[in-house]
Amino acid sequence: MATLLHPLALIGRNTLALLAAIGRVAMFLGATISHMVRPPFYLKELWQAILNVGYFSLPVVGLTAIFTGGALALQIYSGGSRFNAEAVVPQIVAIGMVRELGPVLVGLMIAARVTSSVAAEIATMKVTEQIDALVTLSTHPMKYLTVPRVLAALITVPALVAVGDVIGVMGGFLVATERLGFNPAAYLQNTWNFLETLDIVSSLVKGAAFGFIAALMGCYYGMNSGRGAQGVGRATKLSVVAAAVLILAANFLLTQAFFSV
Amino acid sequence: MIELRNVHKSFGPKDVLRGVDLSVGKGRSMVIIGGSGTGKSVTLKCILGLVTPDQGSITVDGAPVASVRSAKARETFLARFGMLFQGGALFDSLPVWQNVAFRLLRGQLKRPKAEARDIAIEKLRRVGLGAETADLFPAELSGGMQKRVGLARAIAAEPEIIFFDEPTTGLDPIMAGVINELIREIVVEMGATAVTITHDMTSVRAIADDVAMLHAGKIRWTGPVAEMDAASDPYLTQFITGSAEGPIETLR
Repeated sequence: MATLLHPLALIGRNTLALLAAIGRVAMFLGATISHMVRPPFYLKELWQAILNVGYFSLPVVGLTAIFTGGALALQIYSGGSRFNAEAVVPQIVAIGMVRELGPVLVGLMIAARVTSSVAAEIATMKVTEQIDALVTLSTHPMKYLTVPRVLAALITVPALVAVGDVIGVMGGFLVATERLGFNPAAYLQNTWNFLETLDIVSSLVKGAAFGFIAALMGCYYGMNSGRGAQGVGRATKLSVVAAAVLILAANFLLTQAFFSV
Repeated sequence: MIELRNVHKSFGPKDVLRGVDLSVGKGRSMVIIGGSGTGKSVTLKCILGLVTPDQGSITVDGAPVASVRSAKARETFLARFGMLFQGGALFDSLPVWQNVAFRLLRGQLKRPKAEARDIAIEKLRRVGLGAETADLFPAELSGGMQKRVGLARAIAAEPEIIFFDEPTTGLDPIMAGVINELIREIVVEMGATAVTITHDMTSVRAIADDVAMLHAGKIRWTGPVAEMDAASDPYLTQFITGSAEGPIETLR
């Protein structure tokens, strides 16, 4: 009987652990927002974080977007040709990039690049007592470490998404005009006429949400890291996994909110 | 000055502190000794409010630590303390002088950058480091130098109370001697109250006015350092002599 009940106990234990984790993340989120709106504000740390999260992510975002846009154009052309719809390449590349792939790929790249480094940095600071040192120097770690990073992601990731959208569309444009024989002027005209304000707004809102999630997860797992090298490694891994899964889940919910009919 | 009464703290099933009673007089240098894992660091963290005790009271100048709640009151409270961490705990994203002047660059004690830098360089000189170290990063320093920078940071804002967490651990005997001497001089010239935790008996004799021995979560013995050797407590005697035989259980 005991062995029979074991799987149930396992499910129960994991459910409780999951609920506890959700509660802890929610409390961390509340603390982050409450520290975000109350002084002191560390502007130098915010500027540093904006450079790290935003500016230095530009190359990876650009590369990701241009290859994805190019591949998308090829796929739509070959798929569309099955029912004589090759002509829709500009429209589908635009909608696919702006509504979905731009924000999602940028979000995942930020999870890989920023969440991991934030988690590893803060976790190492915790393990080497630098967080305790901050407190004894009358500086709140949430204000000094978490708020600048989360705020920086909230501000810069939408901008990165905008850049990614444009470069992605350009990737599609290059492939379509160079390889597939589309007329450049007509391609751009079709893209521009087809996109609606809501497509762009949804893209930027997704960017802000994904950036927030990515930075928050990095800070949360960093601050709650276990001891030693193993603790730092585990915190980093968990932060990236959590950020990626939450970004994809949030993407579904936001898509549903913006576009469900 | 600092009073701990019946302080208890557990982490999960592990009882670390089981009723610590300790008082540290104003301007005295108290050294807490005890084996690894006996709760020395936790005791310091309880006084600073980094860890909240499960039971008991801690007062600093008669004011309970637990009553310091608002962010502003915490900042004022912590401004009275300086702490040297075991591994130095320097912020590796900041150059040495900004580490030392950390408290002087933000918050209630904020002052102009040039002035903060001058103070940092003066404190670095006090711990035996030249002005050329000011612009290096912590990762470029040796262990002994990192300890010195940590010491400079601890005294930068002229605190009334200074904590030293294992100041000589990981240093060679000569460097350990230098750090001990520095601590003694600084505490005397600043007139600060000091609490040091260590298991290095050379350090104890160099730094302490008073000694307290922590064992199994309680203060086993406390008194002036001069009376330590003559004390009849077998636990204390075993610790001082470093003998494997005695009442303290050793894993072998």
